[in-house]
Amino acid sequence: MAEFLEALRDPHFPLLRYALAAGLLASVAFGIVGCYVVTRRISYIAAAVSHCVLGGIGAGLYLQTVVGLAWCDPLYGAIGAALAAAVAIGLISLYARQREDTVISAIWTIGMAAGLLFLYKTPGYAEPMVYLFGDILYLTAHDLWLIAGLDVLIVVLALGLYNKFLAICFDEEFARLRGVRAEWLYVLLLCLTALCVVLMVRVVGIVMVIALLTLPAAMAGQLTRQLWQMMLVAVLMCMVFVTAGLALSFILDLPTGPVIVSLAAVGYLLAAVAGRVRLRRVG
Amino acid sequence: MADEPVIDVCDVSFAYGAAPVLEDVSFQVGPHELICMVGPNGGGKTTLVRLLLGLLRPGRGRIRVLGRPPERARLRVGYMPQHVDHDPQFPVTALDIVLMGRLGRGGLRKALGWYDRADRRAALEALDMVDMTPAARQTYATLSGGQRQRVLIARALCGGPELLLLDEPTANVDALGESRLMDILKRLSRRMSVVTVSHDLGLVSDLVERVICVNRRVVVHPTSHMTGQVFEDLYGAKQRVVEHGEVTPGGPGDG
Repeated sequence: MAEFLEALRDPHFPLLRYALAAGLLASVAFGIVGCYVVTRRISYIAAAVSHCVLGGIGAGLYLQTVVGLAWCDPLYGAIGAALAAAVAIGLISLYARQREDTVISAIWTIGMAAGLLFLYKTPGYAEPMVYLFGDILYLTAHDLWLIAGLDVLIVVLALGLYNKFLAICFDEEFARLRGVRAEWLYVLLLCLTALCVVLMVRVVGIVMVIALLTLPAAMAGQLTRQLWQMMLVAVLMCMVFVTAGLALSFILDLPTGPVIVSLAAVGYLLAAVAGRVRLRRVG
Repeated sequence: MADEPVIDVCDVSFAYGAAPVLEDVSFQVGPHELICMVGPNGGGKTTLVRLLLGLLRPGRGRIRVLGRPPERARLRVGYMPQHVDHDPQFPVTALDIVLMGRLGRGGLRKALGWYDRADRRAALEALDMVDMTPAARQTYATLSGGQRQRVLIARALCGGPELLLLDEPTANVDALGESRLMDILKRLSRRMSVVTVSHDLGLVSDLVERVICVNRRVVVHPTSHMTGQVFEDLYGAKQRVVEHGEVTPGGPGDG
């Protein structure tokens, strides 16, 4: 532990600080949006959106390296692809009459396939593993600013429309009868989810990011009585998992993303067991 | 225009694809009327409610609610659905749910869905109207079936409706809860029109003045005319009529 704290303070080694900052910033958005995703029961759809992000990353890298658009950071591509996938998948799940899961799975895999093809055609160090499973070695100060900006945007929208999101998560039809534009909010929620994925691409990677979105929220849901409390607890849990995961991966020399997600999974299992035991005692 | 009907349904037909659900339906509901829609499951009661809310459009005919097309009257209608398909662990209190009845249009605050003091007061009053004030801070998941039903009625009341539409308010409610609910509905009908939907005919007899019988076609009966023959026509099987005027369905259409 001491060596982790030492490394955090090391002026010649900013990566660990960047990773911690990115993780803590992202935790705020993850805790809040994750609670909506869990209570609205759209984890599967959120997972589809997150995987499509690879297509955008690949396109971004390709445009930057091969086409020569120097400004085109892969994270910009990720943002574009994430939003496009969120809108497409949102509209399909709203309006497709049948087999929506088939269509969504197809978009999920098409997004990944496009990403892998772009990465293959991009010369240099574009290694798919880096984006699929995250690697904090690639974090830059520029990424951090982007993450902070997106984080603020997500949190303002997600909390500003709290009552409306709560209403559509609880009873969408009633909300619509009260004049709430439920379809718009649903697509907006998917867009916020998509942007969350972008926040943590560098640290956790797109394959595992959904676990960090849903597990802290699911844990928090067992402990709380109101949605805002659930969000608060989920944010704190997420921060704990990210910090502990970073420390553990540094000390044990393991990849960061999988350690963070494993910790979240263990935490969730413990909470679920504790919840069962408590229920049995009450009953 | 005090006597303008609250609900005016004129020659309405509706079909899901090729399957007709309602045919040539016409009836009116006046202000401060307390009315019950009965009929077998699959007879078209819920479809009729969804038409009155503007969630479905009639294939033929015309519907006016409070003098407007249904979808433009929604904010003046209080609706309680049959059940809410919610996550059983949903972290939400009774008061949170009732406040949802205050969502609406107009102004930036409403557009963002922020509640103010007047909204909170209205929500607490609505909870008081259904005798649920003590449970305001309780989580929805911990409430009994009857209590949940009353919270959903409070949510419908919270927007100050002129018409209250209740879909199966006594489903999941025990006998005691049911009589309590009836008292509440009786009280409410002094302030607004109340239309309840029920497959439970026992509910009807001593509470409402008129019964709307829905089974593809619609027939309106004053309660005093509800005889065994009426139920037999409605449910298509011999019904058991209990001596003291209470009517219990026993046919295959009952569910």
